[in-house]
Amino acid sequence: MSTFVSRTTVAPRAPWSAVLERGQLLTIVDLDGNQAVDFLAYDAHETSRAYSAQATLQEQDSVFLTTGSVLRDNEGTPLLSVVEDEVGRHDTLGGACSKESNTLRYGHHTYGQHACAENFLRELSRYGMGKRDHVPNVNWFMNVPVDPDGALGIVDGISAPGLSVSLRAEKDTLVLVSNCPQINNPCNGFDPSRAEMVVRAGVPA
Amino acid sequence: MSTDSMVSTGTATTAGARAHARAQEAQALSEGFARPAPPPGVTPDDVVWAERIAGGGYSHRRITRGTCVRLVDVAGDACAHVLAYNALAPWERLNVADTVKVQWQVYAGAGRLLLSDQGRVLASVVEDTSGHHDTIYGTSTQARNERRYGDGSPEGPSPAGRELLVLGAAKHGLGRRDVVPSVSYFQGVRIDDEGRPHPTGSAGAGGSVVLRAEMPLILLVADVPHPLDPRDEYVATPLDVVAWRDRPTGPDDPLWDATPEGRRAFENTRDYLRSGGLA
Repeated sequence: MSTFVSRTTVAPRAPWSAVLERGQLLTIVDLDGNQAVDFLAYDAHETSRAYSAQATLQEQDSVFLTTGSVLRDNEGTPLLSVVEDEVGRHDTLGGACSKESNTLRYGHHTYGQHACAENFLRELSRYGMGKRDHVPNVNWFMNVPVDPDGALGIVDGISAPGLSVSLRAEKDTLVLVSNCPQINNPCNGFDPSRAEMVVRAGVPA
Repeated sequence: MSTDSMVSTGTATTAGARAHARAQEAQALSEGFARPAPPPGVTPDDVVWAERIAGGGYSHRRITRGTCVRLVDVAGDACAHVLAYNALAPWERLNVADTVKVQWQVYAGAGRLLLSDQGRVLASVVEDTSGHHDTIYGTSTQARNERRYGDGSPEGPSPAGRELLVLGAAKHGLGRRDVVPSVSYFQGVRIDDEGRPHPTGSAGAGGSVVLRAEMPLILLVADVPHPLDPRDEYVATPLDVVAWRDRPTGPDDPLWDATPEGRRAFENTRDYLRSGGLA
């Protein structure tokens, strides 16, 4: 059985980060429902090895993430595996919101709003990392279908209060979270809410 | 001793080696080595870059705002893996997530914009005769090519796209962390209702795409098989690149306000260049 290590409630709009040791389990809980949790991961000992959505999707048969998905770095090496998922699918095509992309998507008037890229840059800076390290990410609990004509969009979520996704670290991995501040699309039900991060000891694969 | 007799000694002497080296260019030209020609209407004086990239090869160039870059799938099995950076501040670069999310579309083609992470247009796609492109799967890694073809090193028989892009990036002072998700042209993928990918291959020989630089760019191009190419063998045929002086998209062009998202991206680009004294 696994041993409890830490439990943190991440406030709406806030960032969080930790270094997971190989074998440790991270459970991300959508406490209040339909809260996009933007997520990045890096090899803790070689941070030029960043999460790659493209390398990850090359090795699985769907563009959605769920149980069995292996999150890979830009060289194709596993960082984390999804070992449990109560939602069914998660996004890694849409990336993070930024103040800059908000101006394109919703209008120049939104530039003053907080955004995931701000959270990621702030959290990356704590590890001596910067803008060059910020790459497209995972969005847990975010629903992004791809239509037959290629239309892609963030639509109403399929998550619910209390649902969770659990990851096992396949190597020592730096993980960063932006509890998404977006208020202009349905990724947070237009009302950012809490997320919970539970770290437990585990057994390496 | 005459020059002729020195050549006849082969490469055993410096003079012979020099003559041998100098004879090679004429030999290559006589065998048909040529740079790709520009499309009709582009005068040779305006051409700034013309190159045939061999399958499994790569190229890179710094280009000015307003340059048009034409990529041609010469024989029908090229796949152009492309990355673009703001040449003035290369930590601003292609963001494929923003590119598909902002434009509400994963299938790339004419009229699409390549967007940076700073809400600006790096390049626009002004022509496309192929329609077989991909924004989701990026390029191959060394590990993937070792598994699929037995080797992924740049000097081997089946180079991985990421390794080639790393080399191109290095020649502009950029490192592995700067080689981020890319777009690819000339090998298509379609996504079904379950989210599964279906490779659609090439549109055939002669397909072309013209990218217009809307900012000063560092452009990296690798010509390697798409990572989802279903064939067991490594198939990569030549890619032609021709670039010429043209003009950036302006407010009078239909593309400027074809979509509200694109208009605001062009506005952001214009504001950035103006405040920096660049436009």
